[in-house]
Amino acid sequence: MSTEIKTTQHIHPDPVARTTRRWTRSGGRPRPSSNFELFSWYFFRISGILLLFFALIHLLIMHLLNNVDVITYQFIADRWASPLWRTFDLLLLVLALTHGLNGARVLIYDYVHSRGWRTFAVSALYTVGILFILLGAQVILTFQPQIQSVAK
Amino acid sequence: MYRGQSGMWLWILHRLTGVGILGFLFLHIADTYLVGFGATYYNELLFLYKNPPFRVLEWLLVGAVLYHGFNGVRVILMDFWDKAVDHHKTLVQITVVAFFLVWLPAGFFMLKPVFFS
Repeated sequence: MSTEIKTTQHIHPDPVARTTRRWTRSGGRPRPSSNFELFSWYFFRISGILLLFFALIHLLIMHLLNNVDVITYQFIADRWASPLWRTFDLLLLVLALTHGLNGARVLIYDYVHSRGWRTFAVSALYTVGILFILLGAQVILTFQPQIQSVAK
Repeated sequence: MYRGQSGMWLWILHRLTGVGILGFLFLHIADTYLVGFGATYYNELLFLYKNPPFRVLEWLLVGAVLYHGFNGVRVILMDFWDKAVDHHKTLVQITVVAFFLVWLPAGFFMLKPVFFS
């Protein structure tokens, strides 16, 4: 059994990060010092806590209390009849996608080292990401239910 | 605590589940977008998700979200609570136990109608 020795706990594996502030205070990973990365760091945590609420409620309602056997066009139409659920879904969409895109951006920065490819990957990510946020927002905000006269 | 130990594996899983969830999110936005085209398109597409293999994948997706969320709480505690580092092992254990405590019963209720109806 590996016992985790107290004295090694505060030594960060990355020599650069080892000199960054805050590592020794809390034992957590060092906070980034540049403005945007610090914003990103806080954004992960704040959107993450919000998503804990929004995503888990969403999963509970759509995957546990209901499931794909009962989720139909009519189900969505009934649900989106309430502006409250439209707001909920819009918040979930924006929070989840921005949180996820920021995560993908960090992965690209970690694993794509060539400058050209990195720029390409991040540009492609932002383009697709913004497109999907707009598509999702469009359907949530503009959806008008069809008259279901022939629906069984 | 980190290299080769629990923290590293939790970190790797956090990244993998994050990528998986983001990938599904794109698919999920695309399928929901079809609702704007009317009942026929939307209901026709959803047959895909009703297949038993997809129902199992759905449960795995729920697991990915649960793990990512619970482990995220642990990461936030490590970042903001000074004493968290002293309770690192306990926090890891709580994360893992809480995950299975929610994920396994959720799987029972999610998969029961698929396999034992």
